[in-house]
Amino acid sequence: MKLWLPFAASAGALLAVASFVGAGWDAPPVATDQLGFRGTGMYHHRDVETEAALKAANVAPPAPWEADPSGDKASALYQNVQVLGNLSGDQFNQFMASITEWVAPEAGCNYCHNPDNMASDEIYQKVVARRMIQMTQSINVDWKAHVAQTGVTCYTCHRGKGVPAQVWSTTLDPKPAGNMTSNRSGQNVVAVNAGKTSLPQNALSDYLLGDKPIRVHSTTALPTGKNPAGTKETEETWALMVHMSESLGVNCTTCHNTRAFNDWDQSPPQRVTAWHGIQMARHLNVNYMQGLTPVFPANRKGPEGDVLKIGCATCHNGVQKPLYGVSMLKDYVDAVAVKGSTDVPNFSTYIPGKTEVLGSAATPVTQP
Amino acid sequence: MAQYQNIITPIQVSGPAEEGMPLPRGDSPRTGKPFFVRLFGIIGNAQIGPIYLGYLGTLSLVFGFIAFEIIGLNMLASVGWDPIQFVRQLFWLGLEPPAAKYGLKVLPPLAEGGWWLIAGFFLTLSVLLWWVRVYRRARQLEMGTHVAWAFAAAIWLFLVLGFIRPLLMGNFSEAVPFGIFPHLDWTAAFSIRYGNLYYNPFHCLSIVFLYGSVLLFAMHGATILAVGKYGGERELEQITDRGTASERAALFWRWTMGFNATMESVHRWAWWFAILTPLTGGIGILLTGTVVDNWYLWGVNHGLVSPLPDLWPNVVDPAQ
Repeated sequence: MKLWLPFAASAGALLAVASFVGAGWDAPPVATDQLGFRGTGMYHHRDVETEAALKAANVAPPAPWEADPSGDKASALYQNVQVLGNLSGDQFNQFMASITEWVAPEAGCNYCHNPDNMASDEIYQKVVARRMIQMTQSINVDWKAHVAQTGVTCYTCHRGKGVPAQVWSTTLDPKPAGNMTSNRSGQNVVAVNAGKTSLPQNALSDYLLGDKPIRVHSTTALPTGKNPAGTKETEETWALMVHMSESLGVNCTTCHNTRAFNDWDQSPPQRVTAWHGIQMARHLNVNYMQGLTPVFPANRKGPEGDVLKIGCATCHNGVQKPLYGVSMLKDYVDAVAVKGSTDVPNFSTYIPGKTEVLGSAATPVTQP
Repeated sequence: MAQYQNIITPIQVSGPAEEGMPLPRGDSPRTGKPFFVRLFGIIGNAQIGPIYLGYLGTLSLVFGFIAFEIIGLNMLASVGWDPIQFVRQLFWLGLEPPAAKYGLKVLPPLAEGGWWLIAGFFLTLSVLLWWVRVYRRARQLEMGTHVAWAFAAAIWLFLVLGFIRPLLMGNFSEAVPFGIFPHLDWTAAFSIRYGNLYYNPFHCLSIVFLYGSVLLFAMHGATILAVGKYGGERELEQITDRGTASERAALFWRWTMGFNATMESVHRWAWWFAILTPLTGGIGILLTGTVVDNWYLWGVNHGLVSPLPDLWPNVVDPAQ
């Protein structure tokens, strides 16, 4: 009896089913936009079903009410208001109501405040929140090259969660056995922050915390001996690029003409925006996130004890323009579109549950 | 009912096993008592064995096994000896060559690429011994050595990637890692670093011969199957004693495209296309980074790159 035919047919059928179900394809329909000159392959493909889910998940919430800018300043009404003292009482309360919805909708005010002494800094979340407000102000004032007039609010990253869903920290897992066996050079496992490739898994540390050179190309046709980058450095740069691509839901061609990745003359303007984004993420991690290391408890840090940090996905959440480009800033101009005090307290002196005032509680000077 | 051999071989003739010609003095005997597998007979020859291993084949297998074990055990160690992670991440795992700072040092620390060099040494040894074996077996059967030279073309590309080019570049970090995804990532990173391999003319040639090989293989395979019912699969007989199958095959192509290869020359076409694929590819790799650092810019200088309209004149490098 010829048994091979049914066996081969069932094996083929199983393989076909598995490749359709198991491989995570983008099923049609796919919408395609042309980005560059014809023939250069510069297209943006959008999976229509995935996009519907993304659109539903990236909606900017409305402000709870329109705040009245007149009246006494928050610094006169409340104690220990270090950064937002220039807001009116109504603006201050509106912003506090919003930040509760944005960051701790379930825990409420008590996520940051001791209800018996709202002014106290004893809950670490309050210390972090103050620094994060300074960070948001800095993004909106100093990083217009990346965020433009759209700007950001706490919600851009937090989306109703105490810790934004898409943050990163150093990861060494699965750890190599050590001794004389291969240490795998920080790559060759599933790199969660590099689109699940086998590329270097901590490339974000090199570029969004450190400032390792991203550019690996030679700018001359023939070797000059001046370019120290090899294929290994290229894999690290590529890991960062995959992170950006995955974070924004775009392809390489959104920023590059891939026939000459390095050539700015052939690059769409999005590449300039992205360049500023890399500088911004690095600036925020170095100047805001890393400094807060002593304040965070161990369970709010990564497995290697470093603070959770900002990547492109933190704000973008899979969308090229966070929240599809809808600006929430207009309702919170005085809160986060201008800078309050930029004073940085000494976070290493912070004792959770004890420190009542961290930093200068004196009335801050608000810069326009 | 007409019998076609186009999908499987439906008729299998069984008889006494073929032992092969006697071996000269000094050769070890062929090992294994021959037997027949009906399933293999469907796709090839049903007789399995005897096999001639000899000391070359045995050493080649031993060295190959050593390389395989070094690579596999290091992959297992790279996930902390966790068998579950080993299976789940198998395609991601790899064995990296040493970092550039070690240059051409013969044995950098084992954890930092030393194992890569040792594995590469044994794998190279294994492949070279297998090549000698292929050459010697062909000579023993008083055949030409075409298979050995075709294999040598592949070994050339292998050695350029893992040994010759790294020597010229001055460090082994330029070499290819072992591992499924790691070596694919290397390939793409290599092209990106050196300014797009598409503009490397030897890469172009290699692709021409690769795709050409595919086309020739398809044309030839199809032609022989198509004349199978006239005994066309007995190609070698038909080279000297042209039968109706050969005549029909030749006429088919002459009438279709005006020109036809012969039963013999089509194999020369195929052989040259096949060996020129890694031969030209190896030259392209060898030139990359050593004499050309950015193939795109080289292409601009040599008229390979088509100019595009400047769609975004306002975009300038923000770092400048």
